[in-house]
Amino acid sequence: MQEQFLNALNFTPAMPEIVLAVGAMTLLMIGAFNKEKANTTITGLAVALLIVAGIFVFQNGSETVTTFDNSFIIDPFSTFMKILTLIGSVAAIAMSLAFVRREGFDCFEYPILIVLATLGMMMMISANDMIALYLGLELQSLSLYVIASINRDSTRATEAGIKYFVLGALSSGFLLYGMSLVYGFTGHTNFTEIANAMQGGHQSIGLIVGLVFILTGLAFKISAVPFHMWTPDVYQGATTPVTAFFAAAPKVAAIALFIRVTYDAFEPAVKDWQQVVVFISIASMLLGSFAAIGQHNIKRLMAYSSIGHMGYALVGLAAGNQVGVEGVLLYMTIYIAMTLGAFACILAMRHQDGMAEDIEMLSGASKNHPLMALILALIMFSLAGIPPLAGFFGKWYVFIAAIEANLYALAIIGVLSSVVGAYYYLRIVKIMYFDEPRESFEPMPTELKVIMGLSGLFVLGFIGFAGPIGQVAKAAARTFFIG
Amino acid sequence: MGVGLSHYLALAAILFTIGIFGIFVNRKNVIIILMSVELILLAVNINLVAFSSFLGDLVGQIFALLILTVAAAEAAIGLAILVAFYRNRGSIAVEDINAMKG
Repeated sequence: MQEQFLNALNFTPAMPEIVLAVGAMTLLMIGAFNKEKANTTITGLAVALLIVAGIFVFQNGSETVTTFDNSFIIDPFSTFMKILTLIGSVAAIAMSLAFVRREGFDCFEYPILIVLATLGMMMMISANDMIALYLGLELQSLSLYVIASINRDSTRATEAGIKYFVLGALSSGFLLYGMSLVYGFTGHTNFTEIANAMQGGHQSIGLIVGLVFILTGLAFKISAVPFHMWTPDVYQGATTPVTAFFAAAPKVAAIALFIRVTYDAFEPAVKDWQQVVVFISIASMLLGSFAAIGQHNIKRLMAYSSIGHMGYALVGLAAGNQVGVEGVLLYMTIYIAMTLGAFACILAMRHQDGMAEDIEMLSGASKNHPLMALILALIMFSLAGIPPLAGFFGKWYVFIAAIEANLYALAIIGVLSSVVGAYYYLRIVKIMYFDEPRESFEPMPTELKVIMGLSGLFVLGFIGFAGPIGQVAKAAARTFFIG
Repeated sequence: MGVGLSHYLALAAILFTIGIFGIFVNRKNVIIILMSVELILLAVNINLVAFSSFLGDLVGQIFALLILTVAAAEAAIGLAILVAFYRNRGSIAVEDINAMKG
C-alpha cells in the first residue's frame, strides 16, 4: 500500500514543471520587493529558468513514465514538444528586450507571466488526465489573457485582452462541457482508461457529443476555423513582442494537446474525430489563404497566416497514422522557426516615432536593409512553401501522410490553398524588392539579428539536417503507435 | 416519478445554452458576458456532480471543486481587464469594443 502510494508520488518526471513553478514565484517576490530596479535581472533570470527547465526536460530521457496516479506522463513526444515550447518562450522574452528599452514598456510581470504561461503549456503537453489537462490549459490561458493586455494604457491592447478573454472563457466552457459528458459516459477522466472504456463496439451518442465539444474547445485554442475570430484582433491589438509570443509557443502546446487527446484518449473513435478534423483543417487552410489577401497590417496578415498554417498542421493530424503525427511534429518545428524569424523582422520595422505595422512601410527595404530584406524574403518563400526551403518540407510531410490515409481531397485542397496563399507572401517580397525605397528603419538590436539569422539559417539549411530532425520526430511520433 | 440523472442533465444543458446565448445575443454590457461565462461553468459543474453521484465515483466532484477555483480566478482576471479597458475607453458597452475590424 505504502509502496504504491510512493510510486504514485514520483516527482522526478515533473522536475521541469516544479522548477518553473518555484522559480516563477521566487521571481515574483524579487520583483515585488525591488520594484522597477530589478527588471533586467528578472528578465535574465526568467530566461535562465526556462533554460534550466529545458535541461531537466532533456535529463528525463526518452522513456515513457507516468506519475501522480497516472495523470502526468512524459514520453519522447512530450520531450519534443516541451523543447519547442521552451525555444518559443525564450525567443519571445529575448525579442521583447529592445522593445522594452525603447518604448519604456517596463514591467517586471511580463517575463514572469511568460514563465507561468510556459508552465501551463508544459502541464498541457504532459497531461494524461482531463483534470490535469484542464488545469494546465487554464494556467496557460489565464496568463495569456493578462499578457495580451499587458500594455494597459493602450485601448487596442486592452480591447484585444477582452476579446481574447471572452472567447477563451467560452472555449474553456465548451471544453469542460465536453469533458463532463465524456466523464459521464465512460466513468473515467484518465486518458488511458477512457481509451480502454471505449475499446470495441459502438460508441454511445453522448460520448460522441462530448468528443465534438472537446474538439471545439481545442480548435479555439489553436485558432482553427470556425473558431478563429479572436486571432486577427488579438494579434493586431497586442503589443508586438506579445504577438510574437502568441504566435509561437501556445500554438505548439495546443497542437500537442490536440494530438494527445485524439491519439491517446479517443484513439478508438478515430473515424468519428477524423471527419471533424478534416473539416476544420480545410476551412482553416482556405480562410488562411483568402482572408489574408486584403490585409495591410503585417501583424493581421501573420494572424491569418497562422490560421492557415494550423490548417496544414491539422492535415497531418487528420491522416490518423504515424507518418501524420511525425508530419505534424516537423511542421510545428518549421512553423515555430519561421514565425520567430518573421516576428524578429516585424520588430525591426521601427521608425523614430514608433513601430511601423503597415506592409507598405517595407517598400524598398532591399536597398536600405539588404540583409533583413533577404532573410524576410527567405522566410516568406518558406511560409509559401517553395522548395528547397523548410516550409516546403513541412507541407510535403503532412500531405504525404494525408495521401497515405487516402484523404486525396484534403491533400488537393491543401496544395491549391497554399498556391493562393503564396500570393500574399510573395507580395511582401515584391514590395521589398521592387517598390520605391522609403525612409530606413532604426538600427537593429543584436538579439533580433541573432534570432533573424538563426531562423534564416534554419529555413535555408533545413534540407541539410532534415534527416536527424526527422529521426527525432519519428521516435516522438512512435509513442502513440506502440502497445 | 423521482428526479433522475436525465433531469439534471437537461437542466445543465439548458443552463449551458442560456450561457452561450448570453454571450452571442447580448449587445449591451460586457458584465453580462462575464455572468454568462459563470453560468456555463456552473452548468458543467451540475453535469459533473450529477454524473459523479450516478456513477458512485468521487472524481467528478473533485473536478467540480477545481472548476470552481479556476472560475474564481477567471472572473478576477476578466474584471481586471475590463477595468483597464474602461479606463482607456470610458465605456464597457459591447458595441464600443470596436477599435479593430476586418
